[in-house]
Amino acid sequence: MISFNLLVGICFSYVIFLFIVAFLAERRAAQGRGGWLRSPLVYTLSLSVYCTAWTFYGAVGYAARSGLEFVTIYLGPTLVLVGWWWFLRKLVRIGQTQRITSIADLISSRYGKSNMLGVMVTLIAVIGTTPYIALQLQSVTLSFTVFAGGEDALWLPRDQKATALWVAAGLALFTVLFGTRNLDANERHHGVVIAIAVEAVVKLVALVAIGVLVVWGVADGPRDMIEKIAESPIAHSQISGSRWVGLTFLSAVAIFTLPRMFQVLVVENADENHLATASWAFPLYLMVMSLFVVPIAVTGLALMPDGSNPDLFVLSIPLSLGQNGLATLAFLGGFSSATSMVIVAAIALSTMVSNHIVMPLFLRWQGASATMSGDVRNLVLRARRISIATVLVLGYAYYSLTGGTEALAAIGLISFTGVAQVLPAVLGGIFWRGATRIGAAAGLLVGFAVWGYTLFLPSFGPGVILSAEIMQNGPFDITWLRPRALFGVDDMDPLVHAIFWSLTLNSFAFFTASLLSFPSPLERLQGAQFVNVFDHTRAAWTWTKGRAEAEDLLMTAQRIMGPEEAQNLFQTAAQEQGKQGYLPEITPMFLETLERELAGSVGAATAHAMVSQIVGRSSVSVEDLMAVADETAQILEYSTQLEIQSEELSRTARQLKDANAKLTELSIQKDAFLSQISHELRTPMTSIRAFSEILMETGGLSEEEQHQYSSIIHQEAIRLTRLLDDLLDLSVLERGTVSLNVQKGNLSQIIDRAVNATSSMGHGADMFISRERSREDIEIHTDTDRLSQVFINLIGNARKYCDARNPILNIHVRQKGERITVDFIDNGSGIPTKSQGIIFEKFSRLSDQAAAGGAGLGLAICREIMANLDGDISYLPGQGGAAFRVTLPLRIPGRSAA
Amino acid sequence: MKSPVFLERQGYRRRRLQDVARLVPVLGLFLFMVPLLGNQRFGNELAVLLVYFFLAWAFLIVIAALVARALERQAADDRAQEAEE
Repeated sequence: MISFNLLVGICFSYVIFLFIVAFLAERRAAQGRGGWLRSPLVYTLSLSVYCTAWTFYGAVGYAARSGLEFVTIYLGPTLVLVGWWWFLRKLVRIGQTQRITSIADLISSRYGKSNMLGVMVTLIAVIGTTPYIALQLQSVTLSFTVFAGGEDALWLPRDQKATALWVAAGLALFTVLFGTRNLDANERHHGVVIAIAVEAVVKLVALVAIGVLVVWGVADGPRDMIEKIAESPIAHSQISGSRWVGLTFLSAVAIFTLPRMFQVLVVENADENHLATASWAFPLYLMVMSLFVVPIAVTGLALMPDGSNPDLFVLSIPLSLGQNGLATLAFLGGFSSATSMVIVAAIALSTMVSNHIVMPLFLRWQGASATMSGDVRNLVLRARRISIATVLVLGYAYYSLTGGTEALAAIGLISFTGVAQVLPAVLGGIFWRGATRIGAAAGLLVGFAVWGYTLFLPSFGPGVILSAEIMQNGPFDITWLRPRALFGVDDMDPLVHAIFWSLTLNSFAFFTASLLSFPSPLERLQGAQFVNVFDHTRAAWTWTKGRAEAEDLLMTAQRIMGPEEAQNLFQTAAQEQGKQGYLPEITPMFLETLERELAGSVGAATAHAMVSQIVGRSSVSVEDLMAVADETAQILEYSTQLEIQSEELSRTARQLKDANAKLTELSIQKDAFLSQISHELRTPMTSIRAFSEILMETGGLSEEEQHQYSSIIHQEAIRLTRLLDDLLDLSVLERGTVSLNVQKGNLSQIIDRAVNATSSMGHGADMFISRERSREDIEIHTDTDRLSQVFINLIGNARKYCDARNPILNIHVRQKGERITVDFIDNGSGIPTKSQGIIFEKFSRLSDQAAAGGAGLGLAICREIMANLDGDISYLPGQGGAAFRVTLPLRIPGRSAA
Repeated sequence: MKSPVFLERQGYRRRRLQDVARLVPVLGLFLFMVPLLGNQRFGNELAVLLVYFFLAWAFLIVIAALVARALERQAADDRAQEAEE
């Protein structure tokens, strides 16, 4: 047997070891070398504060009493963790973006930074956690008695409470030392977290060691163990379905609503990605923790004498087997479970108490003075230290008052149900923008009251707080108000009954009050930020503008965050604004950042109250919200307009590009035209000059030669004149200044004239011209001379260029309403596709074969004439030869026949 | 920003992976509640139930680990892509 003194010595050594671990971790972190302190593994292990002494000792006791039911306490958290993508991911993201310091702060911040809600949740948390802390103290003292029991029973009754007191004092010291080093809850407690991770390993190793002992030491391996389980007295213990579902649900809720769980899960979370690892690693931890629970319970029931406390089998089995080393390890495991829970719970509760109760009182007491006087930082830290001590004193008081008689598990479940009352407010706040402050308050109030009435107060036993009379017959003999049979439902398990009614009525109150009330602007703002935390859009600024002096703000910030950090924050902000020194412009953005930083230290509600005290107005109004909405709408409209404009711009740009291309082309054309025209003029001029020189200088030319030469000169002069005439004609037509001689005429006659005019040309006189005279008999009002000029040109071209052996020209006339089309189609080889686009250009001749006739201006002139006649001429492809279509109106608009 | 209704193959896979992540707890709920079917009370075969629950639990953890790994890899890819851009 291990002596009591040795045990105390081991205990002390272990605690000193934890102090050293925590101290080293803090130092490494301070030196900036603490990267591994923030690994997913450490995060996962820190979550193990869920497994308290209640798990370590109580689960075995639970299994020895009711078989498999204990496992629900671990199945619930497993479901929540593996479903992290639904819920925990959002919760952690909100915790990080809003710098949430506790579950009370989460609810307070979500519902318009309401301190009333903060206080309510804090009270629920304190009331719900105190028995739980008492439970831990009880388990540690009980574990001492197991060791002391056989040897020296004399010191037991006297010193049992003293042991609890010493444990409580030691824990308070540790928590104060490592839990209140810095104010910023978001800055995280490296030392504490590492110590908890170490303790997590210790308790896992201890429980697994005992498990190995019973499975391979006492029993003969797993197969034998399973047989033993099947034969054990608990092999047929029945579990009711409603308890199974109810407990799974309850533990699923507890994993994030218990203050200590919220602390390690959300507040101490350094990186959202750690959650991915924890999502499977923590369930694995829980599974291994509960793997040997039933084997230990079964072995205990078989080995230990009747009447021994099954809650302590973990210790008494190795002791009875003489395995003192293992028993000590188990003792340390239980000790670790208890201490880690108490430390984290005390930190979480003290943060809540100082942020939601002490600081608001302090601010009120301070009055309306713009800046804080005195060192607020120290005040907050002192408040936290006192809160930690108070929490432990409360736990100790509860323990010594109740005398530590109840089975461990019962207290745990009562506590779970109490803190689960924040569930509707948390879920509603995160997923439903319509949840309001009034709704949350109503839900909390109703849920808490029902929990107190149906579960917490009766747990003290009949006659302590609620009289046996009330328990039996209900208050004032109203039977349907009996605490364990609300509304006459009396065959329900008391715990399931309490869970069901408290959460149902809580939710009813929450939804009804939310639907009926109207939220304040700040609530709506926060609601949007919480619910839409994954959208990267920014909502409105909480602060519009104020008359705050940067210096006042700096003073306050220094007093809360400490001079160095506050100055850093201000300097960075000033630099970002492009300013020198420590005093940035007080923009809404800066106020928002500052408030959030302060919230990381003193909670959202207090930070908000502090900043508004200095800034002098209480942030947003409905008008501001509307203005923001308007602004958003305006921005939307503006961006639509911009889009339209940019479309227009690109259209214009395209048009400009086209125009530019055309201009370039025109310029090239102009150059080509000039060079062409000089060429065209030069050719006849050269021959005129040459022949006139011959005439002048060569004597003795025969009459015949003289005649020949002079006739060449004459012909060339005529050609030149014709060219100049054409050019003149074209320029007149192009400028649109031509005066038209509009008269009545018959289309058939005009075509006749054109055919006759061309038949004397000599070229292609043998061309057959096919016409349909009946269709041509159309009266038109136009410049008939000009029109026949076009026809002459087209028929002449056909005669000139048609290369068929028996050239035929078809002339089709068609009337379509007010417009007439005249097609000239020959049976030659036509015009190649690539040239079709340029034939109407000046000087475009496709070949030089019959160039003598013209300078390539004919079609260009035709096009201009037709344009002047309000008609058109175009090449008609795909007709088996060259084909031109002339389109013209029956009557030139706006011009009457002369 | 409104996300588009239809996505290319990669984006589609990514969405479905997130669906799987959401479905894991549903699977867990199913596995853990199945023994209740048809019984007001249960627990007759403690040894059998024990083996069943720990197997189901382990299965669920393996699934959750695979999904978490895949999601982490996806997030890492996203970050790498962002860094490239």
